[in-house]
Amino acid sequence: MTSFWVYFSARPLLWIVLTLAAFMFSRWLNKRLGGLALFQPVLISMVILISLLVATGTDYDTYFEGAQFIHFLLGPATVALAIPLCDYFDRVRKMWLPILIASLCGVFTAVVSAAGIAWLLGGETRTILTLVPKSVTSPIAIGIVEKIGGYPSMAAGLVLITGMIGCVIAPRVFRLMKIEDEVSRGFCLGLSAHGLGTAYALGLSGMAGAFAGLAMGVAGLVTAFLVPLLVSIVGF
Amino acid sequence: MLLGLLILLGCQLIGELLVVALGLPVPGPVVGMLLLLSLLLLTGRRVPEALRKVVDGLLGHLALLFVPAGVGLMNHFGLLAREWVMLAVTLVVSTAITMAVTGWLMSRLARRFSAKEEL
Repeated sequence: MTSFWVYFSARPLLWIVLTLAAFMFSRWLNKRLGGLALFQPVLISMVILISLLVATGTDYDTYFEGAQFIHFLLGPATVALAIPLCDYFDRVRKMWLPILIASLCGVFTAVVSAAGIAWLLGGETRTILTLVPKSVTSPIAIGIVEKIGGYPSMAAGLVLITGMIGCVIAPRVFRLMKIEDEVSRGFCLGLSAHGLGTAYALGLSGMAGAFAGLAMGVAGLVTAFLVPLLVSIVGF
Repeated sequence: MLLGLLILLGCQLIGELLVVALGLPVPGPVVGMLLLLSLLLLTGRRVPEALRKVVDGLLGHLALLFVPAGVGLMNHFGLLAREWVMLAVTLVVSTAITMAVTGWLMSRLARRFSAKEEL
């Protein structure tokens, strides 16, 4: 039995199958619980898989040897966001000025609030620098953190948690701030919660998904230019 | 379906190459997305059926693709355990403020913009 486990646990196939199975189970569970935001499929899948890895004494590198094939698809999926953007391009072109203003203000709010709150709560400089690009998609966030001197490997995790938090709080924020149209909902989801927010927006409607993808891209670009500049001004 | 995959991966590849060649601060797939968008706009916005099929499949299960990276958090239990209060408060409050400000601003600006157009 043990030798079987040793054999299979070292194959990439096992971890792909388990990742898929964990995700499908999480989605089923989420539906059974009435789509409760706190039991978001990504979060439940992570809990299941991490527990499994810890229980079997498997390290992350072994897991990733299999899971990388799923991870790899993030690249083409990002490229694929061009299609909803193309479908709704007339709307995007008409809205270019609101998009520009909302992106600049949104990114500024994200960066300053993250740094400000972490600083008030007594975070160390390196942790604060790691938190700053939390709202942008992980490849951009990692690049920024490397540049300004945070913990790059930690940044990916914080970005993901931010994405999950965004999906959990979105319905409440929408109700509280009376954000009712699909364009604004999608846009603020993509800007504050990157890819996970975009996945959530795609579930609302194609239009929301298009604007979420757009916001994610624009926010990434703006943050990549703005953050190094702000950091040099504040002088950490 | 194969044509769709070829288009997506091809755009990503060119995107990655451009990023390396020009030293851009953005990831290759984002450049690839802009490239594909320009291509589609230039060719009269007709999305080939094969491409649409692949895209619907990928974007329909986008959340799944974040799971492998998310599991990587297990490597940071130490820092998470030490600073979890500060991290949790910062992430929740900052994300809520960002979402509220962006969404509020966008919905007001959008309303004003469409109102102006109808005049």
